[in-house]
Amino acid sequence: MKKKYKCEIDCANCAAKVQEAILKIDGVQDASVNFMTQKFKLEADDDCFDEILKEAVRVGKRIEPDFEVEF
Amino acid sequence: MSTKLKKELRRIICALIIFLVILVIHKANLMPFIFDRRWPATAVYLVPYLIAGYDVICKAFLGIIHGQMLDESFLMTIASIGAIVTGEAEEAAAVMLFYQIGEWFQRYAVGQSRKSISDLMDIAPDYANLELEDGSVEEVDPEDVEIGSVLVVKPGEKIPIDGTVLSGESMINTAALTGESVPRSAHEGDQVISGCINGDGLLRIRAEKVYEDSTVARILELVENATEKKSHTENFITRFARVYTPAVVIAAVLLAVIPSLITGSWITWIYRACTFLVISCPCALVISIPLAFFAGIGAASKSGVLVKGSNYLELLADLDTLVSDKTGTLTEGNFAVSEIIPADGVSPEAVLRDAALAEGMSTHPIAVSIRDAWEDRYPDHDVLSNTDVENVPGQGLIAKEGNELIFVGNGRLMENHAIPYRPVRDSAATICYVARNGDYLGPILIQDRVKNDAKGAIRALKENGVRRVVMLTGDHENVGRAVAEQLGVDEFYAEMLPQDKVEKLEELLTQKENGYLGFIGDGINDAPSLSRADVGIAMGGVGSDAAIEAADVVIMDDSLPRIPAVIAIARRTIRIARQNIVFALGVKALILILGALGIAGMWAAVFADVGVAVLCILNSMRLLLHKKTI
Repeated sequence: MKKKYKCEIDCANCAAKVQEAILKIDGVQDASVNFMTQKFKLEADDDCFDEILKEAVRVGKRIEPDFEVEF
Repeated sequence: MSTKLKKELRRIICALIIFLVILVIHKANLMPFIFDRRWPATAVYLVPYLIAGYDVICKAFLGIIHGQMLDESFLMTIASIGAIVTGEAEEAAAVMLFYQIGEWFQRYAVGQSRKSISDLMDIAPDYANLELEDGSVEEVDPEDVEIGSVLVVKPGEKIPIDGTVLSGESMINTAALTGESVPRSAHEGDQVISGCINGDGLLRIRAEKVYEDSTVARILELVENATEKKSHTENFITRFARVYTPAVVIAAVLLAVIPSLITGSWITWIYRACTFLVISCPCALVISIPLAFFAGIGAASKSGVLVKGSNYLELLADLDTLVSDKTGTLTEGNFAVSEIIPADGVSPEAVLRDAALAEGMSTHPIAVSIRDAWEDRYPDHDVLSNTDVENVPGQGLIAKEGNELIFVGNGRLMENHAIPYRPVRDSAATICYVARNGDYLGPILIQDRVKNDAKGAIRALKENGVRRVVMLTGDHENVGRAVAEQLGVDEFYAEMLPQDKVEKLEELLTQKENGYLGFIGDGINDAPSLSRADVGIAMGGVGSDAAIEAADVVIMDDSLPRIPAVIAIARRTIRIARQNIVFALGVKALILILGALGIAGMWAAVFADVGVAVLCILNSMRLLLHKKTI
């Protein structure tokens, strides 16, 4: 499943760092955090998509406290 | 302005007022019992310092806990604490305030820029009016519309999904997609493209695609992903940023320790080292360079050109050779009768009538152009139905009307049937000789017309730094030569099969001097060449999936002048990105040197950090100010 969310991310550098960390989560097939468009795209396994999404937000916030995702 | 930004602004203003009050009391010597002693004075200045910067300090600690050392907050915190320790609490508070003001302004500017860029691409429909079976209309999310549903598009609304007009008549505005300002008419049976704005009429359309596959969704997806394909410049900045911060931090540590050991004046050198830390963030570059490319892509889509990645802007700016297909790209792509030269005593009507009769059944482009000319010029005459036609391969046609024979074809057909014809010399045209029985009626000249704006576009390409323009065509040598001369292209290669074109492209790729090679094609037949070239440019992309897939740059309509225009935008983008790099690094290097010498204080350092970032962002936004040049 692939979904796109609006997100808040303050700098291009942090976006890259957050994206890198989210890509390392188990079950994540593809992810991108786009600073310019402020979009967060997540592609992950269907059956536990919601858990992965939550984990991704948690990981992102740890690296960049300003990282917010609008559901 | 978002609520978050507003809240921050209030906090910054609050801290600023407190700071100014304290500063006035201090400098006017109203409370000497506090400010004459070091620690009480420091404590007072800590109030505005903490109000302004507590979030920075929090982030710094969070960063340490999560192993994200050397981020901006951490460095600012260390620098300001260093200032406090060395007895410059006043300066620490001021610098933290100035830093926060700069950061705030930077965020505001980025937000505004992002908004103006996304406004350029404001083509996404918010809703669709779905017509239900009982005839009532319901507003739904475009993503929920199924293929075959009937949608109502009211005047002024965006067409939500690609579809076919069932009923209604209107003029639709495609400017947001193609940059073309003249509205296009839509009648029953016409295909309409999502993202266009409906004019005055009410349209009922049948959805032919789901939203995800519709033009508008595909274009948005493309533009959004474009920023993910990074240019060399952006990659350079990312790599540079990774090295720059640690390097400056190491320099700061060395600056704090080594001279202090020699001279013994620790306070002076620790303070100077702190100014280094303030300058050590590369944010001016990290933000403004991608922003410049994003703005460039935005400006290009505003003028009807989709650039599929920042890297392609870089290649476009440095194009050396441009190879173009002829038919359909430089020329209209449809053949038309340009001249009829009747033999003595024959009317042009008779020549055309016989030719149209013979060509009546054929789907060959030449036949179609002859029939079109007949219907155009003599609309009141009956549509011709032909009789028996014999196809003579490589020569032409022989048709039978009653007992009479009509010959339509090239010179060889005439010679083989001993018809006394007069050869016509016109290198650019295809010539059809027409005869009835043994009598020669005359030739019909058929030509593919060069696009009106093609010559100007090629001139504009040269002005924009393209050294060599090459035309490839499957047509005959003499047709190719005539078009090449008319347009002023540098070279042409004729009689090329599709695979020859790719080979020729490979050869040209090895011949280019500096820069890159672009290929212009229609995206349908030229997919291999489009992907082989450094930059594949497809014409007439709207509605054509093949073109959008194969090319790197898509011209939404088939207007050639958009190519020099997008090259100009690309060159401007690169220029602005370079200006930012030189300016930001220059100022930083200067302040680093002055800081080490003790000439520039923390104030100058904060300017070199956030001030420069804001200036670079504003510089990047100039790309959007430029008036449309097409």
